[in-house]
Amino acid sequence: MNRSLAGWIFAAPALLVLTVFFALPVFASLLLSFTDFDLYALANPQHLRFVGIRNYVELLQMPMFWKALGNTTYFVAVGVPLSIGVSLGAALLLNAPVARAQAVFRTALFAPVVTTLVAVAVIWRYLFHTSYGVVNFGLGSIGIEPIDWLGDPFWAMPTIILLAVWKNFGYNMVILLAGLQAIPNDLYEAARIDGASRWQQLRYITLPMLGPVLLVVGVITIAGYFQLFAEPYVMTRGDPLQSTVSVLYFMFEEGFRWWNLGRASAVAFILFVIVMTITALLMRMGRKKGLV
Amino acid sequence: MVVLLTACARGEQTTELRFWAMGREAEVVGELIDEFERENPDIKVIVQQIPWTAAHEKLLTAFAADSLPDICQLGNTWLPEFAALDSLQPLQPFVDRSQGIVAEDYFPGILDTNRIDGQLYGVPWYVDTRLVFYRKDLLTAAGIARPPTNWAEWETAMAALKAHGGPRRYAIMLPLNEFEQMLSLLLQQPDPLLRDDGRYGNFESDGARRALAFYANVFAQGWAPPMSETQISNVWDEFFNGLFAFYVSGPWNIREFRKRAPAGLEDSWATAPLPGPNGPGAGIAGGTSLVLFRSSRRQPQAWKLVEFLSRPEIQQRFHAASGNLPPRRSTWQLPALANDPYARAFRDQLERVKPTPKVLEWERIVQELRLTSERVVRGGQPQDAALSALNTRVDAILEKRRWVMDFEAQSEAASP
Repeated sequence: MNRSLAGWIFAAPALLVLTVFFALPVFASLLLSFTDFDLYALANPQHLRFVGIRNYVELLQMPMFWKALGNTTYFVAVGVPLSIGVSLGAALLLNAPVARAQAVFRTALFAPVVTTLVAVAVIWRYLFHTSYGVVNFGLGSIGIEPIDWLGDPFWAMPTIILLAVWKNFGYNMVILLAGLQAIPNDLYEAARIDGASRWQQLRYITLPMLGPVLLVVGVITIAGYFQLFAEPYVMTRGDPLQSTVSVLYFMFEEGFRWWNLGRASAVAFILFVIVMTITALLMRMGRKKGLV
Repeated sequence: MVVLLTACARGEQTTELRFWAMGREAEVVGELIDEFERENPDIKVIVQQIPWTAAHEKLLTAFAADSLPDICQLGNTWLPEFAALDSLQPLQPFVDRSQGIVAEDYFPGILDTNRIDGQLYGVPWYVDTRLVFYRKDLLTAAGIARPPTNWAEWETAMAALKAHGGPRRYAIMLPLNEFEQMLSLLLQQPDPLLRDDGRYGNFESDGARRALAFYANVFAQGWAPPMSETQISNVWDEFFNGLFAFYVSGPWNIREFRKRAPAGLEDSWATAPLPGPNGPGAGIAGGTSLVLFRSSRRQPQAWKLVEFLSRPEIQQRFHAASGNLPPRRSTWQLPALANDPYARAFRDQLERVKPTPKVLEWERIVQELRLTSERVVRGGQPQDAALSALNTRVDAILEKRRWVMDFEAQSEAASP
């Protein structure tokens, strides 16, 4: 009895924070998504109507919603593996016995994470400018025609992915580096004595030992990448031809441009369900493999 | 200590006005504000610059958070929205007492955009309409002596220009990413754009059919390239290269064309009022207004600033710095504007500008209008089907408005 009370007291601060900043907003947005809260309701609360699941039905019939979902899926499917791959590569390089000035490189590679996105976006818009950007200048020197990176519907999302990966990989890199450093050295010594090559050491020691860390990194990254918003907001505003409108950007436009907060909440809730489902699936996969 | 005390004493006397201005206007207005502050030492104006792309969101969020400024520059199509929110101060009493602001001096179409359900909510600051920029030399070469004044003449001119220019050149540029051109043609029709007090769309009217038929025909004849502005890397260069001879655009391009005209072509261009179905036609009554918010406790001081910015000589200086067109006839009589040959066509058209329907859904409706004309021109959708689909979508957008109007009528009937 006393023990369980003590447990509750210890958990109370965290539970309180979770309730106020997570459970309540989620519940409120669920309620809001069943109404047609808009400018009229903002002017006069009596103009609020309960509309049941109409917001959801209408959303599922909107081509723009599906387009936003498609764009976001594209971003996640390409961006997450790329991001984790780059993070892992950087962590392995930093952890290599031959690496010098490790602290300097670690800080430098982590720097993009803590820089302001808006400032970075200004630089990136210059880098990827069609006529005087350094990227097209470099491509031009090897004979490739200039690409309209942010103006061409085909290239806009890849550019956003590059920006997001560059901006975020440092965070996962630090977590993975910690994971690498936690692997006992005698495993590698034993493997070397057995004559394992570097590739075999990576394949049979490093990756399995990193398993739980990789799972956590994967879950965090997928959940984060589904919430793509700031990058298109500062780089393209959803253009060209709505090719960089993400689900969250779509929600933002519905909510704060057209002030359809009811429908925007429905979008938020659908995204919440998607992210929850994917996370649950990943965790189940991890449990089966004994990673958790 | 003494310094501190005097600072306190002065702080009590001076009023700080918060003024939100957008985009380029915010940069230009600073110099005029300095002069206002010299005239009114007890008022200090804090100008906050808001980019146009974020302005609408910021204003609505500020309304929800009860942190609106004292005075603000508001796009006149946004007025119905903020009036519906009951956030704007009715200005008629201020105007009645005012010495400087004379309602009759304003172009009627522009002033009308500031009147919602009979209440005046804003004072026009500058106006914006779309008319025709054209190449004089190209028209002459194609045998057209003077710019067209009605649709029939316009079509003849475009046909002649296309025939003279050959397959690689066009008569006119109507960018598909802009709704203003199609909207101008619609406003030239006698039929209103919405019917039953803004309850339903009215896009299947005879006028709407005529406007779309004219617009679509310009593309079908090959007189206009089916392109959006982004597909043409530089509109000004192409205008002077002769890719097209007519360009329907707004006042800011006077300055751009002046600046960008290559040597030898400085006098090759001119402006003309928009041709209408039977003679010079109506145009969009765009622009921004100065508004005061109900929540402000410094309205008398804010009104002083409105009066100051509305003085003809101040408006003329604002025009010189920004290129924005003044909304008062007396400003146009000042030499700098009266003698500007490029501005003259705007002056003429401003007498005929017409406001768009004052419903808060209007911004969404014009987006649908743009998509409709793009579907007809690019997607080859039949015109009648496109207009019918547009009407259906507009009716759906206006559903809440109809419900609110019925609800208000009922609750008014219920309460004596």
